[in-house]
Amino acid sequence: MRRTWWILVVVAALLVPFAGPGAGQGRNTMLVTFKDDISTLDPAIGYDWQNWSIIKSIADGLMDYAPATTTLVPHLAESYSVSADGRTYTFKLRRGVRFHNGREVVAADVKYTLERVLNPKTQSPGAGFYTGIRGATAFAEGKAKEVAGIQAADRYTVRITLDKPNAAFLHTMALNFSHVVPKEEVTRLGADFGHKPVGTGAFRVKEWVLGQRLVLERNPNYFLRGRPFLDEIVFQVGVEPNVAFLRLQRGEVDILGDGIPPADFVKVMADSRLSKLVAVGDQLQTGYVTINTQVEPLNDVRVRRALNMAIDKTRIVRIINNRAVPANQILPPLMPGYDKDYKGYPFDREQAKRLLAEAGYPNGFRTTLYANNTDPNPRIAQAIQQDLAAIGVRVELKTLAQSTVIEAGGTKGGAPLLWSGGMAWIADYPDPNNFYWPILSCASLAPGTWNWAWYCNRTVEKLVEEADAMVQPGQAAARAAKFRQIYRLIMEDAPWIPIFNERRYTMHSARLGGVKGIFTDPIHIPVHYDEVRIVGR
Amino acid sequence: MSAYVARRLAQAVVILLGVTLITFLLLFALPADPARMIAGRSATPETVNRIRAELGLDQPLLVQYTRYLGRLARGDLGRSYAQKVEVTALLRSRLGATALLMVGGIFFELLIGLPAGILAALRRGRRLDQSVMLGAFLGVSAPQFVVGLLLLYVLAYKWPLFPLGGYGSLAHLILPAVTLGIAGGGWYARMMRSAMLDVIHQDYVRTARAKGAAERRVVLHHALRNALLPVVSMIGLDVGTFMGGVVVVESVFSWPGVGQLAWQAIQIVDIPVIMGVVVLSALAILTGNLLADLVYPLLDPKIRYT
Amino acid sequence: MAGLLVIALLIAAAAGAPWVAPYDPAEQFFDGLTLEGRPLGPGPRFWLGTDLLGRDLLSRLIYGARVSLLIGVAANGAALAIGTFFGTLAGYFQGWTAMVVMRLTDMMMAFPALILAIALAAILRPSLWIVALVIGMVNWVWIARIVYAQVLTISGREFIEAARALGVPTPRIFWRHLFPHLLPTLLVWGTLGISTTVMFEAALSFLGVGVRPPTPSWGGTINESQSYFLEAPHLVAFPGIAILLTSLAFNLVGDALRDAIDPTLRGRG
Repeated sequence: MRRTWWILVVVAALLVPFAGPGAGQGRNTMLVTFKDDISTLDPAIGYDWQNWSIIKSIADGLMDYAPATTTLVPHLAESYSVSADGRTYTFKLRRGVRFHNGREVVAADVKYTLERVLNPKTQSPGAGFYTGIRGATAFAEGKAKEVAGIQAADRYTVRITLDKPNAAFLHTMALNFSHVVPKEEVTRLGADFGHKPVGTGAFRVKEWVLGQRLVLERNPNYFLRGRPFLDEIVFQVGVEPNVAFLRLQRGEVDILGDGIPPADFVKVMADSRLSKLVAVGDQLQTGYVTINTQVEPLNDVRVRRALNMAIDKTRIVRIINNRAVPANQILPPLMPGYDKDYKGYPFDREQAKRLLAEAGYPNGFRTTLYANNTDPNPRIAQAIQQDLAAIGVRVELKTLAQSTVIEAGGTKGGAPLLWSGGMAWIADYPDPNNFYWPILSCASLAPGTWNWAWYCNRTVEKLVEEADAMVQPGQAAARAAKFRQIYRLIMEDAPWIPIFNERRYTMHSARLGGVKGIFTDPIHIPVHYDEVRIVGR
Repeated sequence: MSAYVARRLAQAVVILLGVTLITFLLLFALPADPARMIAGRSATPETVNRIRAELGLDQPLLVQYTRYLGRLARGDLGRSYAQKVEVTALLRSRLGATALLMVGGIFFELLIGLPAGILAALRRGRRLDQSVMLGAFLGVSAPQFVVGLLLLYVLAYKWPLFPLGGYGSLAHLILPAVTLGIAGGGWYARMMRSAMLDVIHQDYVRTARAKGAAERRVVLHHALRNALLPVVSMIGLDVGTFMGGVVVVESVFSWPGVGQLAWQAIQIVDIPVIMGVVVLSALAILTGNLLADLVYPLLDPKIRYT
Repeated sequence: MAGLLVIALLIAAAAGAPWVAPYDPAEQFFDGLTLEGRPLGPGPRFWLGTDLLGRDLLSRLIYGARVSLLIGVAANGAALAIGTFFGTLAGYFQGWTAMVVMRLTDMMMAFPALILAIALAAILRPSLWIVALVIGMVNWVWIARIVYAQVLTISGREFIEAARALGVPTPRIFWRHLFPHLLPTLLVWGTLGISTTVMFEAALSFLGVGVRPPTPSWGGTINESQSYFLEAPHLVAFPGIAILLTSLAFNLVGDALRDAIDPTLRGRG
């Protein structure tokens, strides 16, 4: 008798939740899972692939991209114009756009937002994108009270003047860093702003339980008519991808934020029922090995070309279950300036050996390859190691934590070879100069940057500067052609071994839908949250 | 006894200072720069330098450490570099789940380990003893990730008795706690068995038996009490380590514990969070060991602290 | 004696790996993966199947015995010896000695081993010795605490007090009266510890402290393939069996050893 009583107590205890309701799937709600915590949602600070798209749904910039494309469109701006010298941009704001706190967005907010990014106190990683604005450096160094080049001409007009023309400037106005925030809320919330962000976006934060979930709710006053489609998005964090995959099959999860677990990928794609739930597309990504151009014997271009010819990229792609296509150049296929006619270096061990012999290394040499230690990167690095051994280059592998690898790459003479995979970056914006300035330019040839090849070619730099001055809309085709020339020149110098372009595979529940390409939107990972809708049960 | 406890608490402060100092030094010896991690790939060197200055990372190490201690004394653990949230809030958000998993894990360790160990000792050399031993080795050798995922796959996915991971009710606790119990239970079973065997052959147990007391009473009253001593040390150790977070089990079962927080912080060199977790787990370890030391005299009156 | 035989075989395999192993453990075979990049299960060409890079699993396990035996047996054994020494010291003399030793163990335990490992990996040249060092540093404190508790209670018993009163030298008391009682505990840690230590090596090597790829180890193989275990169970099962066999073999030998040392236990119960 007493025993039955106890069993009842235990059963009752099992049924009673003790930590509030779990994220249930309401009718117009979507559940996304992530392994890692979501970090700050302050648009000026958030800069990882995970919070990037979430912030885009909370705040808005003057410019944006049409859903599922890389086409720039005015967003908070109603229209814009460029001066003939390409240095002054005038933006007309949409009227009646309101922050989540109800106040209307005015030109002064845009000025405040950009100055906040440039203010060192903000610690914004994106400050460098805006130092081309006239007076920005003086402001950042504390020599000026405001940025002279940003003017609120009237309540709805913002005029921005640059030191020199920059073809990618409009892209920087679509970057999260420039997404407009209200001064009064930033001041009121102080350091907590990143946790309780206020913007103009389609969603606002409803609940954030640290380490468990973030819930966004629909902004009823969003300025784009009919958006967003969903009432609520729940992000669950701390979920192992393998388990998220099981939950998706059971209908508990709508989107695998971390993608399909590698172990299940082949099975999913071979299963007619599961593969229907996978959207496939391209992304602005190239996986590459940087060759340190300042280290013996890699400073010899013949050696670098030889290394380029030694890698069996098809086999490497097979190791990651064909989730990528072999790459022969620096830009990914989706990027303007990608060169369809360029053939790259052939996979040819004999020619590679001849080049090495010419350079004075008939018996090869020893060197070191750094790589991130998360799967599949150690495997890719080992495949590269075996390929290089075949031409006599004996590679010692250092598979380490991401932060250590980044540090080695940014240290002069630190990493002779470095495999870029798993460093958690996304292209900032779909313009070919984004693959040049931060990672291949003379300007970035400094300790602590991501120019891990320690590459600098003055001729190329001059060409890029010329291309960046081609700002008028009619010059787009000529500019793309110029970049094709630029990246061919860079490949002659062979500072990288391009390995592959990863494809996007987004797995989602059958109840989700949206316009074509929305699940592989090149700007939004894993999906454009404002554009997703429920189409099934 | 109270003098002993007071002394232990004073020693704890010294240990805490030592642990924080060494961790602090090590973090700065790491070839990884938090400012660069925050700045990302497109930041200019000037941006990185400004971020470093804003975080105070350009100050001499000693200055940074004394500042840290000053804030620690006021209960301020700083803000996470990545999440920009107070570290105390981050720890608090995970403390409940961690403590719950600690209790659940130890519960199943004991539930599995103690009876198995006692039975094995009483049936020494027989088939039961051998199977317990094999089971213990299997439990300890099996990777927790595999055990956890297998349990989820069978008991939550194929045959949905339990939720597929998460945190929210006692039902969510059972599978992760059992996973911990399987590994730890092997240790407890083996420890219990050998402690029992040792005690069973002590003179007083032999005397008790010779006097004709029922074997069950002998075992319970005499042997068990003494055999529990090493088990108590193990529990003390488990309190400390489990409160520091159990990364693998937490991540398989989506359990919002301290371990996942620490693991992520180490990946991105989030120094305030790492330091916070170190302080927390040091406190837990000191508490666990102190509690164990305080229980010894209760089990064996001959043990006395001066 | 089955235990001794298994141990001898393992050592022979590790030492004679180049002659025993069917293939080069580092060679990534083109036909070692399917066209979709999946590893092969056991078969006539690769007896135990291939790993995620198309390498022969059997050859990797044979070579991996070198790392895993060294770490699991030698490093763990060293930790056992150090822990027993300090634990006995603290438990037997108590008072001031116990205070110093036990607070030292508290501190070592509170200390984040993973951060230590990452820092060491960056500062020193990664090698097996650093792994052994870290494992020694982490493991001995546990053993010290358990031994301490046991010595505390044993030293209170009549026979030790009697021996002390008679002026028997301390080392003699240790070997004659304490050690036989500690032996079962040490055996538990020495054998179960093999499994946990081998897995710990894998975690340390993952952080870059230990062996570099492509050098194989049992723990490393499990570590890199455990998320694939539903798809390719052989990658976890075979190295797991190797670890299990090793610790069981040492356990059998240890049991025999204990019976030899403490004849009172033989044939009882």
